[in-house]
Amino acid sequence: MLDDFMVRAALAGIGVAIAAAPLGCFVVWRRMAYFGDATAHAAILGVALSLAFSMSVFIGAMAVALIMALTVNLLSGRGYAMDTLLGVLAHSALAFGLVAVSFLSGIRIDLMSYLFGDILAVSRGDLGVIWSGALLVVLLIGWRWSALLTSTLNEDLAYASEINPKREQLVLTVALAITVAVAIKVVGVLLIAALLIIPAAAARPLSRTPEGMAVAAGAIGMLSTVIGLRAAYVLDTPAGPSIVCVAAITFLISSTLKSALSTRS
Amino acid sequence: MNLVDVEGLSVRYGARTVLSHVSLGVAKGEIVTIVGPNGSGKTSLLRAIIGAVKPAQGKVTRGADVKIGYVPQKLHIDETLPMTVTRFLNLPHSVAAEDIQAALTQAGVPNLSKSQLSQLSGGQFQRVLLARALIGNPDLLLLDEATQGLDQRGSASFYQQIEAVRQETGCAVLMISHELHVVMSASDRVICLNGHVCCEGTPAVVASAPEYRALFGTGTGGALALYQHDHDHNHDHAEAAE
Repeated sequence: MLDDFMVRAALAGIGVAIAAAPLGCFVVWRRMAYFGDATAHAAILGVALSLAFSMSVFIGAMAVALIMALTVNLLSGRGYAMDTLLGVLAHSALAFGLVAVSFLSGIRIDLMSYLFGDILAVSRGDLGVIWSGALLVVLLIGWRWSALLTSTLNEDLAYASEINPKREQLVLTVALAITVAVAIKVVGVLLIAALLIIPAAAARPLSRTPEGMAVAAGAIGMLSTVIGLRAAYVLDTPAGPSIVCVAAITFLISSTLKSALSTRS
Repeated sequence: MNLVDVEGLSVRYGARTVLSHVSLGVAKGEIVTIVGPNGSGKTSLLRAIIGAVKPAQGKVTRGADVKIGYVPQKLHIDETLPMTVTRFLNLPHSVAAEDIQAALTQAGVPNLSKSQLSQLSGGQFQRVLLARALIGNPDLLLLDEATQGLDQRGSASFYQQIEAVRQETGCAVLMISHELHVVMSASDRVICLNGHVCCEGTPAVVASAPEYRALFGTGTGGALALYQHDHDHNHDHAEAAE
């Protein structure tokens, strides 16, 4: 079964969708969308470095994403507005990454496949990495779920319950770095944030509890993967962007549905 | 043995000192109100008690096994976060359904368990926050300007609720307020704060204390004087008359 590249692609996409769902909900609730983007953009620098030192791309991307996320954490609230800080760091990391890649003349690399993903080229080994990463993210967030939710609601409320919101922020940062690293192959660095945010946003009108929203986001993410891949195959379109397009259409449908229902009642 | 003891507490944010050498204690079952102008360090004091800010000096000691219920100043729930009242009361630890119903009843909102937080009115929301603080039968309730954004009737009825809760459960209450006249009648003790403890005592003692008058003026106009207060005040009758 795993011999079929379409099956491997679907499994890779589903793995990322599962990790992205609960994490994406927090990204939406905490208004970290741009933070996710910045972390993902920085990952291209990681890709370049790992190719230069012939390391695993996964490790390199994760390390740089993690450093990036931690730097932002550290620098926030020190004089610059968050979006300025993220803009500076994200785009300079992306630019340095692209420049660094150009020095790698000895190695032929297809930059496009890292910017937009190459889900159809997922190997068995990649699949192992993606699923282990996804599992790790789900376990991490599942373990800290209540504490994360409490600190998302209000930091002082968290402190009063003897939860350290700074530590919980760190958990999210680590989860984000892992997700970015495993999602590069699937949608590429430019569309990772889309995979985090769009299913969660599409799930919002359909949910009454945070858990419900995370599950719905997961379902929408998986559905988008399967339909998007099928569409890419039939229409001969790029696979990663096709998945994101399907997710976006789901978002459109769910928000229209919600507003139609709320005007009637 | 006090539930909470604050000894010589100083809090600094960067170079700015917001509290210096504040000492106070809350005994079992008493209602203590902290009043003070904006920027007098009231919220920082409460945050130091719950452990959200580290003291630059001094210490905060909680009695062994003292449970604290905390009602924050305001809670902004992002529209994107779906959350029912029941789910909210189950954070961070899940609680038996009867305990949730009991807490909601005690807070005066028995019928809201299935509502979405984002659809509650200001008064309902504050009561739900109170209900959450009441879960687990706290020995001490901490309220940070819990009636901000409520109209006068709303806040009066909220404070009546607090008094009723105290009578029913016997828990102590430490609260911050700028609404002096509503609060003071219910308090056993009032602490007047302005970066340091200006004066403290029973409501009657504090209301007639020169330090208090210097801060808030006299008569019912006092609540307004609060916002015009100058930090470099002088504890002197003559100054207060200005």
